Amino acid sequence: MDVAAAKDIGAGLATIAFVGSGAGIGVVFGNYISGALRNPGAAQTQFTNLYIGYALCELQGLFGLLIALILLFT
Amino acid sequence: MAASPMEQFTIKPIIPLHLGGYDVSFTNQSLWMCIVVGGLSLFMAIAVWNRRLVPSRLQSMAEMSYEFVAGMLNMTSGEDGLKFFPFIFTIFLFILGSNFFGLIPGAYTATAQLCVTLALTMLVIFTVIVTGFIRHGLGFFKLFVIKAPLFIAVPMALLEFISFCARPMSLSMRLFANMLAGHTMLAVMAGFVVALAGAGGVLSALSIAPMLLIIGLAALEFLVAFLQAYVFAILSCIYLSEAIHLHDNH
Repeated sequence: MDVAAAKDIGAGLATIAFVGSGAGIGVVFGNYISGALRNPGAAQTQFTNLYIGYALCELQGLFGLLIALILLFT
Repeated sequence: MAASPMEQFTIKPIIPLHLGGYDVSFTNQSLWMCIVVGGLSLFMAIAVWNRRLVPSRLQSMAEMSYEFVAGMLNMTSGEDGLKFFPFIFTIFLFILGSNFFGLIPGAYTATAQLCVTLALTMLVIFTVIVTGFIRHGLGFFKLFVIKAPLFIAVPMALLEFISFCARPMSLSMRLFANMLAGHTMLAVMAGFVVALAGAGGVLSALSIAPMLLIIGLAALEFLVAFLQAYVFAILSCIYLSEAIHLHDNH
């Protein structure tokens, strides 16, 4: 197998990182909604935490994208 | 074959300039950043031109964005943090502006370049570090120390330090990668439409499907554009708040 093909396969494999990202975002929003349904009064106050959690989860997938881009364009 | 989906991110010099061996050309990147800054300044200037107690629609848009950022800053870092309001407000509006301007078909997204987001992040991180040292002197290093037995506190300090050092990268990567991924996705979908329409026969009629998908995705991109500006601003607020208050008074 030549290096170019191996790089392409590696870039494809790097996108598996989004599995974890998707699962994490699902957990964040799912738990937020279940918490908000139990206590709607407190839901608004946790809005910031919700999006911080979302951003941190999403980042883990984006690192995979970064690795894919490095493999493809260097 | 349609053009590469990554082609939209190429930087093209408009006015080539070279200064002491460095390429300082005025590029489409610079042009769009100027457009964003100019557009936002114009919007703000027009919005508050005829100030009224009962705001017009434009004025209430400006007031809403002001109150949104002020509320965000007040919630995360309290009264002390409001000193940094102009800084956070500028960063928030610039990112929001470039994200939204980038969604105009044919426009160039300034925030889809790692150099831009990294520069913005460096600005935030240096502000945090300088504020921390001015406020607390060497006590700023208490940021890495937690109240715990020594065998926990030492590894935790190391972890906190690593996470502090990773912040510039994570903050800039998030914005850059989101913008890049979103616009690449739209371009790939647009490529499907062109390829299907050109195929002829039944396949041409099918090209309406990716077209509808693009409309949905574009709506999603508006959400992401706002969300990323919000996340960037709120994380900057939190980092600033840590520099101001260290660990107490969360």
